[in-house]
Amino acid sequence: MSYHPNEVARRARAARAVVALVLAALGLGFFRAQVLRSNEYAMQVDGQRLREVPLAAPRGIIYDRNGEIVAENLPGYTVSLLSPTVDSLNSALDALSKVIPIDRTQRNLVMRRFERARNRPAVIFNDASFEVVSALEERRIDFPGLIIQSSPKRYYPDGEAIAAIIGYTNEINDQDLLLPEFEETYKAGQQIGRAGLERKYESRLRGIEGSHFVEVDARGRVVREQGVRDDVPPRPPEALRSTLDMDLQRFIHETYGDSLRGAVVALDPATGGVLALYSGPTFDANRFTGGVAASYFDQLNTDPARPMYNKAVQGAYEPASTWKLATSIIAMEQGIAEINTRMQVPCTGGFQFGSQRFRCWKPEGHGNVTLAQAIANSCNVYFYQLGLKIGLKNLVAGGLKLGFGERTGIDLPSETRPSFPDSNVTRYYNEKYGTRGWTNAVTLNLSIGQGENSQTVINMARFYAALATDGSAAQPHLIEQEVERKQLFTLRPDQLASLREAAADVVSGRGTAGSAALQGIIVAGKTGTAQNPSKIDHAWFVGFAPYEKPQIVVAVFVEFGLHGYVAARIATKVMERYLNVSLVNASATTAAQ
Amino acid sequence: MNRRISRTTGIDYPLLVVALLLSAFGVAMVYSAGQVDIRAAAVESLWKKQLVWLTVGLTVTWVISKSSVRLIEWSAWPVYLLSLGLLLFTALFGSGAGTAESTSGWLTIGGVRLGQPAELAKVSVVLMLAKVLSSMRNTPRSLLDLWVPLLVVAVPWLLILAQRDLGTAIVYIGICFVMLFWAGAPWQLLIMLASPGVSLVLAFSTGVWGAWFLILLALVFWYRPYLVEGVLLVVVNVVMGVVAPLVWDGMDLYRRNRVLVFLDPQYDPKNAGYQVLQSQYAIGSGGITGKGFTLGTQKRLGFLPEHQTDFIFAVVGEELGFIGVTIALSLFLALFYRCTRVAQRGNEAFSGLVAIGLAAGWFVHVVVNVGMTLNLMPITGIPLPFFSYGGSFMLMCWLSVALLLRISSEGRGQADGLGL
Repeated sequence: MSYHPNEVARRARAARAVVALVLAALGLGFFRAQVLRSNEYAMQVDGQRLREVPLAAPRGIIYDRNGEIVAENLPGYTVSLLSPTVDSLNSALDALSKVIPIDRTQRNLVMRRFERARNRPAVIFNDASFEVVSALEERRIDFPGLIIQSSPKRYYPDGEAIAAIIGYTNEINDQDLLLPEFEETYKAGQQIGRAGLERKYESRLRGIEGSHFVEVDARGRVVREQGVRDDVPPRPPEALRSTLDMDLQRFIHETYGDSLRGAVVALDPATGGVLALYSGPTFDANRFTGGVAASYFDQLNTDPARPMYNKAVQGAYEPASTWKLATSIIAMEQGIAEINTRMQVPCTGGFQFGSQRFRCWKPEGHGNVTLAQAIANSCNVYFYQLGLKIGLKNLVAGGLKLGFGERTGIDLPSETRPSFPDSNVTRYYNEKYGTRGWTNAVTLNLSIGQGENSQTVINMARFYAALATDGSAAQPHLIEQEVERKQLFTLRPDQLASLREAAADVVSGRGTAGSAALQGIIVAGKTGTAQNPSKIDHAWFVGFAPYEKPQIVVAVFVEFGLHGYVAARIATKVMERYLNVSLVNASATTAAQ
Repeated sequence: MNRRISRTTGIDYPLLVVALLLSAFGVAMVYSAGQVDIRAAAVESLWKKQLVWLTVGLTVTWVISKSSVRLIEWSAWPVYLLSLGLLLFTALFGSGAGTAESTSGWLTIGGVRLGQPAELAKVSVVLMLAKVLSSMRNTPRSLLDLWVPLLVVAVPWLLILAQRDLGTAIVYIGICFVMLFWAGAPWQLLIMLASPGVSLVLAFSTGVWGAWFLILLALVFWYRPYLVEGVLLVVVNVVMGVVAPLVWDGMDLYRRNRVLVFLDPQYDPKNAGYQVLQSQYAIGSGGITGKGFTLGTQKRLGFLPEHQTDFIFAVVGEELGFIGVTIALSLFLALFYRCTRVAQRGNEAFSGLVAIGLAAGWFVHVVVNVGMTLNLMPITGIPLPFFSYGGSFMLMCWLSVALLLRISSEGRGQADGLGL
């Protein structure tokens, strides 16, 4: 073995070279990790140490046409728990339940929420009371992972008045999250609009969720709650402006809320904007916010008057005599009748067709009447003959053209499609009654708004809006927007004027709704009494005012209302309220100027 | 004449200062390792214990500085035999503990853990090997000529393998090769010596193993060892290539996972790969300047496992960033340079071999431990000198420093003692 100094020096140089190379290689490894790829690793680290606590965004505010609030947000408190495992959540809930009561269903709900989104805090109370919050706040140290946040809570100042319109909000559920519409953009635990405007305008009412960050340790326990990273503030959406007139809406609720079982719809004929839409009996939309109590829900569901059934857009009813103006327009448009045309057979309280006798509502008969008189007095016998003159095929085609076979397209999610024969009349009736199972008698029924015809209240309002203008109707809507305007029919101005005059006679001493007439405002409209074989008849009235220059169209449907004038009285009061308030407003503006 | 060794005291100040700086750095990191969010009193006060061990280490250094290289050389046999005795005892009755839970390297008497004899054995093997190698007159021409030094290493090595402490066993191999190299063993011999191990590793790819085998054959024909030796070498390599898969199958699951994790850190990130992945996250997220002393989130929040022992260098990376890492590695570089200088200037073969052997042990520790934190090396669980918490390890590090200081001062034939 040689230990000559030169040999040793050579070995020392080699050793130093190896050491330098190896340490340089290690240094390069650190350079790569800490300088070149540092951001990547920092993200991984933040990903496992930070938990995002969502900050719910307030939903969009909805104003009515005068800037009054329809829907807003109140400050509320959410209590939730951030837990690493089911076991730790369970023990945290055990500890919590010694401070505040948490029942079994509540507990199961929390567990389900946890399972759905394990990295997000599982909500215990969506809307905790001040007592609960302060009780928990005091013992906060004992509950790591407990998150108490102020979070906006949906509130409707007139929750009962607008229940049929607004819908409600609550937590998105598992089925919703599977829908393509929601699966990308929603997370479990978030609130979503249900029914009504809340549902229809969900995308515009929903704000952008913000984030707060807490720090957790390797076992998922919350270690730091504040100052971990800057919050991302939630962003509320722009407010929506509704066409509603909250004063009118409230008026309807306050005046008829207790008694009305039916629907009231008021439209601005010029724009198609809905001024009021009410379905009675109503319920309190606020009680649905964040989840409805089972007892209240059961109570609503078992009520025979069906408060949750929207009678203005969901319910479809035989339009009865309110439809006679449709028969009249079809006849005039086809040149079959003018306003003073009389029929061959005078009304003697009934009409013989084949082997059947078709009755008029007035047993003693209306005598030999013109179209104008037939409208004012709602003479069935006249319209039977008019319908036969038009013919079934043309009558159905005319009705379809007037929009009786389609939805209005109002911006509410639950609108029912009206039922009306389709254009292939023979096939339609054959399918319905069998090839030899029906006769031309169906024409008679159809011409007085009975038979295979059931309409939503909103659709009747739209039809009368066309009558109140130039035969065109804008799509009814609740949120201000540009809408399509459809020409339903075309009549000469004198024809249109004569029809309106006849309709004005209805609400006068000469007509069926004389008792509903107003002082100083001429109302035009048509009553309807829909036969109800087993029970009391339903009452209809659809009309507009003022007759000379219509500013409001109102359709009223009253279940078991007995007679059309019952509906007419409600309708004219609504018109009066709207026109008087606007008159007062107008004069106030003038005075101010 | 080395000007850096003080003429008046004979103390190798650069070596002492570097070792002190590394120890101070290390104790500071052990202190930081105790600063976590979910507090644990046991971990929080570890730095104080470490400081106590450091003091003990410094005392040992002072005592040894009073001795002489002659005495050290004389003690090689007794120390070696004592180590073997302790290793044997531990192999039979040892227990696992702490980060080495899966091994059984702890000497425990009456439930009190006295330390890890493998640490002492490292120093004793260096001394014994230095004694044996320095007394060999001829340059070895054959592996058979090396049977004595190889036996010196092999006995403790096998006893340590019996404790299932693979990391420490690797250190012995490193020490052995470096000392053989320093003693002037021909490189061809070193390759032949290493060939069975290389075959074992390369056997996982038949093609690569085949290439290696051809190179080995060429070497054998060119170097022309004894026929028996040449044939034996070829046979052993073939056998290694064949049994490799069997060795793999026979491996403990956790050890096999460590290899798999080394090859792919994303393999099983929740379990086997967890430590390495979290260590990499910690180091990478430290960036250039780090998160600040004691402020590492990976450490504080408990994501980084074993952060006071095996993975303490990840804490350096996380809290002090690339700058801190560079300082630490530079200190180690300075230590190794100083050691080679001490080895080079040792006034006899024994001194030089001891110096280089001790340095080799440290070097393997540093490379394997630091490399492991970045997954540049598989996890073997060996500590980082001067940094990792551990009493017997700190003590042995300073024992090594003491030997080096002694050798350094005697190398110039100057004043005895440290002059403390």
